[in-house]
Amino acid sequence: MGATQRQDGIVAGRLSPEAYVENFTDAYPPLDPHEALVAADRCYFCHDAPCIAACPTEIDIPLFIRQIQAGSPKGAAKTILNQNILGGMCARVCPTETLCEEACVRELAEGKPVQIGALQRFATDTLMATGEHPFTRADPTGKIVAVIGAGPAGLACAHRLALHGHKVVVVDGRAKPGGLNEYGIASYKTVDNFAQAEIDWLMKIGGIRIETGAMLGRDFTLDELRHDYDAVFLGMGLSGVNALMLDGAEDRLGNAVDFIATLRQSDDLSRLPIGRRVVVIGGGMTAVDAAVQSKLLGAQDVTIVYRRSQERMGASRHEQDHATASGVRLVCNAMPVRGVEGGVEFEYTQETPDGLHGTGETFTLAADQVLRAIGQTYGEAPGAVLDLERGKIRVDTEGRTSIASVWAGGDCAAGGEDLTVTAVAEGRDAAESIHRALSA
Amino acid sequence: MADLRNDFVGIKSPNPFWLASAPPTDKEYNVRRAFEAGWGGVVWKTLGLDPHIVNVNGPRYGVIHGADRRVLGINNIELITDRPLETNLREIKAVKRDWPDRAMVVSLMVPCEEVCWTDILRDVEETGADGVELNFGCPHGMSERGMGAAVGQVPEYIEMVARWCKAATRMPVIVKLTPNITDIRYPARAALAGGADAVSLINTVSSITSVNLDLMAPEPTIDGKGSHGGYCGPAVKPIALNMVAEIARDAQTRTIPISGIGGVTTWRDAAEFIALGAGNVQVCTAAMTYGFKIVQEMIAGLSDWMDEKGYATTEDFKGMAVPNVTDWQYLNLNYVTKARIDQDKCIQCGRCYAACEDTSHQAISMSADRKFDVIDAECVACNLCVNVCPVDGCITMEELAPGALDERTGRVVEAAHGDWTGHPNNPGAVAAE
Repeated sequence: MGATQRQDGIVAGRLSPEAYVENFTDAYPPLDPHEALVAADRCYFCHDAPCIAACPTEIDIPLFIRQIQAGSPKGAAKTILNQNILGGMCARVCPTETLCEEACVRELAEGKPVQIGALQRFATDTLMATGEHPFTRADPTGKIVAVIGAGPAGLACAHRLALHGHKVVVVDGRAKPGGLNEYGIASYKTVDNFAQAEIDWLMKIGGIRIETGAMLGRDFTLDELRHDYDAVFLGMGLSGVNALMLDGAEDRLGNAVDFIATLRQSDDLSRLPIGRRVVVIGGGMTAVDAAVQSKLLGAQDVTIVYRRSQERMGASRHEQDHATASGVRLVCNAMPVRGVEGGVEFEYTQETPDGLHGTGETFTLAADQVLRAIGQTYGEAPGAVLDLERGKIRVDTEGRTSIASVWAGGDCAAGGEDLTVTAVAEGRDAAESIHRALSA
Repeated sequence: MADLRNDFVGIKSPNPFWLASAPPTDKEYNVRRAFEAGWGGVVWKTLGLDPHIVNVNGPRYGVIHGADRRVLGINNIELITDRPLETNLREIKAVKRDWPDRAMVVSLMVPCEEVCWTDILRDVEETGADGVELNFGCPHGMSERGMGAAVGQVPEYIEMVARWCKAATRMPVIVKLTPNITDIRYPARAALAGGADAVSLINTVSSITSVNLDLMAPEPTIDGKGSHGGYCGPAVKPIALNMVAEIARDAQTRTIPISGIGGVTTWRDAAEFIALGAGNVQVCTAAMTYGFKIVQEMIAGLSDWMDEKGYATTEDFKGMAVPNVTDWQYLNLNYVTKARIDQDKCIQCGRCYAACEDTSHQAISMSADRKFDVIDAECVACNLCVNVCPVDGCITMEELAPGALDERTGRVVEAAHGDWTGHPNNPGAVAAE
């Protein structure tokens, strides 16, 4: 550990140039063809396979693995992409250990599931390396649909609409499309600018135009969209961040989502400042992504503090293990009280039938930097008056909102888990619903 | 501890595991390594007349893989030894001198002229070899020249050559049979009639393992062309076991000693061949896949199993399964079983359900939470679910006791044996005596 790593405060350049490169390479390198064949041979081709049911996009997993076995990885990719056009990204970021791989019968049989995520990446990478786009757009329908948000939900919706021959305009408030794929996921999961490469590949379907830097409510209204387009899909994600006041630590406090977004867009990680001692407050995947990347940027001590028990963490066990293996410490059943000189004071908690309570016992963690990762909220665009449900846009099973000709999906819509794969499923299904409505 | 020593038509070896005549026994270097690894004997790769034959210089083998590239079967287009006769004879003599306790059998293939056989037998005898095996089996290459399977497919030739050989040598004569015939009993009877001391079987099965879809040619491909080869390995074991059993239970051939060959990979395979009447076994593909060390598992496994069963020597269980090989018409139609699924072992893959629902008798039910149960009223006990289940012992066949109701037929299980010969649906049924 160099002297720069022991330097107090939030400073840049804690590591050697080589260390940055090494730390931010692919955390889970792709399978080579031999590894893929060995992994594929473990699939039992189950009847009505539990892994399919566990996948929010219902990819026919036994079929695509059998196609890999049979020497057709590109055919396997098409099987995947038929259901999930962002199958490449999902193969990298899905918490497979709580989805398909948890349901795999070989998890039950031997505690070692088929490596479904890695095989999906092998198939989709193989196809995308050829540059081929295996889908052909239907004849133009003359209809045009606005998609708000170029994240997983919006992109999946746009592709499926384009496939059916509709024209699609995707509008996103950020400088680049991709949403959380581009701004919100740990960079060691999506190396080599994969999010943009995937969008470039997806756009080959044709009929889609992406406009960036324009925001609903600021630059245009929902009523205008409804007037100008045959249908609207809202997939702008969550714009608000849950607040956490921490008196006495305001100068050291930041949002994990912003930290990750900055990191993802940085072209020189050595210029990215990081604390010597970082505390991340939260228990979800964002907390893990922020904590691990803090460590990789050269922070000496990184601690995740979660207010409930470890079993209740939103991050999967696999993610937790990834964090601890990266040198991050997990502290559970503790909540922040206030900032103190050089650190943060926490109080231990206890879960009781009538809620979470502080025990009165406190401890202090040294911290130059505090990142809060306690969840995001739907921040409704001004002028949009959509019915909400649990603070998000209420939708029916097809993604229809309370307003005619407006659909919604992804994190901004009430419904499934806030996962990339869930957003893809919702965007895709809303597109089918829109297509049915426009074809009626 | 079981005594594995083997005496096959007077040829003694410390265990019943011989390497078959094939590339592993092609020369002194390999055979010495085999004996050091523990093999009980070898059948030296087939000798022929000088000038020695030549092999192709492209690939000689094709393969069938199972999961994880496990070798299930190999075919070859290699011919008999491609070294001078003198070289082989010198090496055989040297190895036999250094390893007197191991079986040294020499495989032979020469044209169907008596003098050819007489001459080569005299040469082999001088090496001190323990016996000869007449290669009437190879289905490729040599058969085009009137040797190998070309002889083995004509019982009269087998008998003729066997007789010449028996007359010309003191050594035991083993006739190696080709499976590329309709009824294995005819060549076996011919070998017996010719005075052969034993038969060994099976040689390889005529085969094309695969087609190269870019070259549009069979594998292995030699400059764009392929030729059928001889197939061996675990994939051919069922064919071999049946042919061994056919000879072992044939009224005319049941006394002839058999050296069992065909896909022997573990001790269990060997025990199965011996249970069907083989006096010993010969191995090739398993050694070619894993090396000579596999014999150590075979020796230890066979010995342990014999100890468990209380068999002192292989003679104690040799042929014990032969009386239980019968014709279909004698199978007991009153024996009724039903599949049983052990729910604790079930991993819910549903392959039993798919197999039964799509291709069999719709006798397995599937619940919403993936519980699979057998429907006795539909189960014909075909065993397909047992076969396709990936978990050993998860699905078994349970016998219905006499007196129990077979829900499928609505009939009570009868205690008495009842087979096709007396079945009312059989136009040729004979009344029970």
